[in-house]
Order: sequence, then C-alpha cells, then structure tokens
Amino acid sequence: MTTIVIKTIARVLVPFLQLFGFYIIVHGPVSPGGGFQGGVIVGASMILLALSYDLSSAEDRASHKVRIIMDSTGALLFAGIGLLCLLVGGVFLEYGIIPLPMAPAEVRGLMILLVGVAIGIHIMALAASLFLHLAEEHDT
Amino acid sequence: MGIFEFILMSFPILLAIAVVFVRDLLAATVVFLVYSLIMAIVFTQLKAPDVALTEAAVGAGITTLLFIVTIAKTTRREEDD
Repeated sequence: MTTIVIKTIARVLVPFLQLFGFYIIVHGPVSPGGGFQGGVIVGASMILLALSYDLSSAEDRASHKVRIIMDSTGALLFAGIGLLCLLVGGVFLEYGIIPLPMAPAEVRGLMILLVGVAIGIHIMALAASLFLHLAEEHDT
Repeated sequence: MGIFEFILMSFPILLAIAVVFVRDLLAATVVFLVYSLIMAIVFTQLKAPDVALTEAAVGAGITTLLFIVTIAKTTRREEDD
C-alpha cells in the first residue's frame, strides 16, 4: 500500500537519484564507479518509481520498446567502438590507435568515457527490465 | 588487525550463517540485505570503493528487490513449519 508520504518522497528522490547515477557514469574514468554502477542506480530509480506508484506509471516512463532500444544501443555502441579499433588495425578495444586529431592519451580518455556511457545505457535499461518483467502480471 | 576490523569481518560470517538458518524467507532476504551492506563497508575498509559501490547498488538494492518480488509472487507448499 502506498501513501501520500511515500509518493511525495519518491517524486522528490527520483530526479536526484538519476542525477547521481549519471554523475557516476560520466565520472567513471576518474573516480570510483563507472558505467555499471551508475547504470544500476539509474535503473533502481525506475524501480523506486514502480514500487512507490505502480507498475504502469513506471511503464509509461520507460516502456518496453524504449528499454529494448536503449539495451541494444548500449551493446551496439560498446561493440562498435571495439570493432572500430579492429578496423583501423589494432586489437579489440585498443583505443589509442583510433585516428583522431588529438594526443593518443586524450583519445584513450575519450573512448573510455564513451565505453562507460555505452555500458551505462545498457545496464540502466537492463536493471529496470529485470524488475518490471518479473513484477508484471502473468496470466497463468 | 585491530578490534574494529575483527568485529567488522566477523559480522558477514555470522550473517551468512544466519541466512541459512532463518526459516522465514522474507526475514532471510532482509538478513542478506544487511550482509550486503556490511560487505560494502568491508570493501571500503579494504580500499576497494569500486567493488563497494557495486555491492551496495546490486547486492543491497537490485538483488533484494528481485528476491522480495519473487517471494510475493510464489507460494509456500511445505508441510512442516
């Protein structure tokens, strides 16, 4: 049973939780955390919404189609960056070899950030999907 | 090893044993949640904040919620109490 107290707290908490998750994702290369941890926190914000309101309101904000698209986008971005390194003559995820007009160390830093964002997009859809698919009503 | 570390390290062992012996599934889930939180503190003490963050988010958050949903959606069919 959800009361007005729980709903108000969740409505205030969810944006800050998501901001914290995105902060952890983009600060992955320089601080503890990374794509996985931040993605789990953003996914947990949708779970909090589903618990405090109901499943359909979480489903409205992150529908099945959106989650599938985000899931695939993250995986494809990760694999795409890895295969790009293969195409320009390196090994899988060898960032330094990508020919950008920057120093190799800067290219490496940028690509580590991009891979972190890709993992974050993948995991935030996955964490929300795990809960929403398990909690939805099945006609057994 | 100081006395604080000794107490901190003994908590997960006791809680892990308690998870097995608690009969009520929901209570076992809550004990497992406390185990995950203590493990997060232990990992922070061992200077592994990355692992601690993962343990706090996945072990204490997602896993507990999935267990609770599973308990809510299943029924108990054992005869003995």
